[in-house]
Amino acid sequence: MTTEIETTFVQAINATLGRAMREDERVIVLGEDVAEGGPYLATAGLADEFGRERVRNTPISEGAVCGVAVGAAQSGLRPVIEIMFIDFITLALDQLVNQAAKAHFMSGGQLSVPLVLRTQGGSGQRNGAQHSQSLEAWLTHVPGLKVVMPSCAADAAGLLKSAISDPNPVAFVENKSLYFRRETVPDPPEPVPIGRARTLREGRHATIVAMSRLVVDALEAAERLAADGIEAEVIDPRTLVPLDLDTLAESVKRTGRAVVAHEAVTAGGFGAELAAQLQAAAFDYLEAPIQRVGAPYTPIPVSPPLEDAYRPGPPEIEAAVRVALEWGEYDAEPWDQGAIAPRRTTR
Amino acid sequence: MWRIRLFEERVAQLKRTLQVHGLIHLSIGGEGVAAAVCRQLRDDDSVYSGHRAHGHAIAKGAPLDRVMAELMGRESGLCHGLGGSMHLVDSEHGFMGATGVVGGNLPLALGTALTQHLEGTDQVTVVFFGDGAVQAGHFNESINLAALWKLPVIFVCENNGMAEFTSRDEHSTIERVSDVVAPYGFERTTVEGSNVPAVYEAFAAFLEAARAGQGPMLLECVTYRRRGHYEGDAEKYRDPLAEQAWAERDPLAQLQRRSLNDGWIDESSATAIEQDAAAEIEEAVRFGRDSPFPDPDSLATLVYAAT
Repeated sequence: MTTEIETTFVQAINATLGRAMREDERVIVLGEDVAEGGPYLATAGLADEFGRERVRNTPISEGAVCGVAVGAAQSGLRPVIEIMFIDFITLALDQLVNQAAKAHFMSGGQLSVPLVLRTQGGSGQRNGAQHSQSLEAWLTHVPGLKVVMPSCAADAAGLLKSAISDPNPVAFVENKSLYFRRETVPDPPEPVPIGRARTLREGRHATIVAMSRLVVDALEAAERLAADGIEAEVIDPRTLVPLDLDTLAESVKRTGRAVVAHEAVTAGGFGAELAAQLQAAAFDYLEAPIQRVGAPYTPIPVSPPLEDAYRPGPPEIEAAVRVALEWGEYDAEPWDQGAIAPRRTTR
Repeated sequence: MWRIRLFEERVAQLKRTLQVHGLIHLSIGGEGVAAAVCRQLRDDDSVYSGHRAHGHAIAKGAPLDRVMAELMGRESGLCHGLGGSMHLVDSEHGFMGATGVVGGNLPLALGTALTQHLEGTDQVTVVFFGDGAVQAGHFNESINLAALWKLPVIFVCENNGMAEFTSRDEHSTIERVSDVVAPYGFERTTVEGSNVPAVYEAFAAFLEAARAGQGPMLLECVTYRRRGHYEGDAEKYRDPLAEQAWAERDPLAQLQRRSLNDGWIDESSATAIEQDAAAEIEEAVRFGRDSPFPDPDSLATLVYAAT
C-alpha cells in the first residue's frame, strides 16, 4: 500500500541506497567518508547495516576510486560511488570519460559498466569557486554516459533506483541547496524511468525548461508571472542524457516561447544544447528567440553579496519570460503593458 | 612466444601498407613476460594491459585471427573493429581490456580484484604496465589502495627503460620500479625480463600467494623494446642495438637456446613450433582480409548497453 511520508532529498537518497543494497548484494558504496555518512549524511547508517566491506571508505584518490568502480562494474558488481563535490570530478574524468563511457563500445559490447557516480554541485553556501560549481554539461558531452539531475526527493529516489539498475554508467548530479527541504513523497517510492521529463505546471504563454535547483525557482517565477496573467509552463527534463526532447518540444510548439534555466554558467551550459535542440525541433512554432538563464561567466565568489548576485534564481527566470513575451502577439489577460514593462535583461 | 613474435612482425609489415589501422605499439623484445605470466593463469583470472597489448591478449588466449581482424578494423574482430590495437578486449578468456591512456588500467584492475575479493574466490587479477606509467597519478593512488585493501592483484611492470621517446632517467630519479613501492610493504621483486624461466618462477610464487589472499605484489621485469614507441617512430633518440647484443637480450632466442641445450625440446619440435605459428598467422591475415568491414549503419548501436 502506498502512503505518503515527509522526508528530504538527502534522506530519500539514503533510503534508496539502503533499499538497493538490501535487494541486491552486488550493490556496493565507495567514496571518501561514506562509511561515516559523508558531509551531508547521504550514506549515514549504511556501514552499520551492510558493513565496511560493502560501504567502503576510500582515500582521497578520486581517479583511482572511479577506476575501481569501473573495474568492479565490468566484473559483475554494481558500485555506487560518491564524488563529494562535483568540483573534484576533474580528478576522476580520465576514468569516467576514457574508461567508463567507452568500455561497452570499445569492447564491441563484451563489457558493460553498471556504475552510478553520485555527486553534488551548486552554489549558495559561501563555499567559493572550488566547492560550488555546476559542471554537468561536461558530462553530457561524452557519448556513453547518462546524466541524471533530479530536482526533488521523489524523483531522486525513483531515478537513483533506475540508475542503479541501469547497465550503463550514470552520473547522478545532486544540488546541495535541495538536500534539506522538507518534502512529501510516496512511500514506497514510485519508479522514475531515466529519460522522461516531468511537467510540474501547465501554462500556455511560455515554457520554462528548468534543471535541478532552478526547477524550484521556476515554479516561484511562474507564480509571480501568474499574478500578471502570464501562464508559464514549467518542465523539468530530470535526465539530460538521454533527453526527453519530445515532451519539451511539444510544450514549446504549444506556447511558442521557451526559457531554459540552470545554475551552471550560461556560456557552454546544457541550456545551450537544449536551446539548439528545441529550435531545431520547433523552429516554425517559435514566436521569440529562446532565452537562457544561468550564471555569469565568472568563478563563484565567497562574499555573500557577490555570491547572491552571482546565483540565478526566480527574478532572472521571470525577467527572461517577460523578454520572450516582447516578441509577437499573445493573449494574456489581464496584462497591463504600461504597469509592468518587461526589461531586456538577458541580452 | 613464437605466435606473439611472428604476429607482431607481420603486423609491422601490414602497418607499412596500411592494412592495419591506427597507432600500433609492438612488444617485440618483451614477449617473454606475457608468455611466462599468462601461461600460468586460468580463464577466470583477469588481465589488464596498456597500449602495447597484443602479446598479453594473445598469451591470455585471445584467438589470433580475431585479434588480427580487429587490427584490420573488421567486423569479425574481437571488438567488431570498434576497439583496435590499443583497446583489445576478450572477456571470454579473461582479457578484460587494454587501455590507450598510460596508467589508466591500474585502477580498473583493482576494481576487478575487489570483485574477486568480495566474492571470496581464489581468482587473481594481473595488470601489465610500463615504467612510464609509474610516474602517473593513477599509479600512486592504485598502489596505495591495493595495499590498503589487500587485493588479489599482481602488478607486472615491464620496465624497458623508455617512456615513449624518453629514457627513464629523464622521468624519475628512481631506477627500479620495485623500489618505488617499497614503503607500501608488499612483496616485490625485479627480474630480467628476457630470462623467461626466471619470470615464470618469480610469478609462480606470487600467484600462489595471491590466490591464498596475500596480495598485492609487484613483479618488475627489465625488458628491451626492440621497436620504436609506435610503428613509424623514427627513433632518433637511441642507437640501434648491435645484432649480437640483441641476440643476448632477445627472450625468444635465449629460451630457444636454453631449451635445446637442456634438452627440453629437440631441433625438429623447435622448428615445428615456429612453423606452426607462422602458418597460424598467415591464416589469421587471410581471415582478416576475407572479413567484411563493419556496416557504417551500426555505428551507434553499442554506445549504450540495452536496458
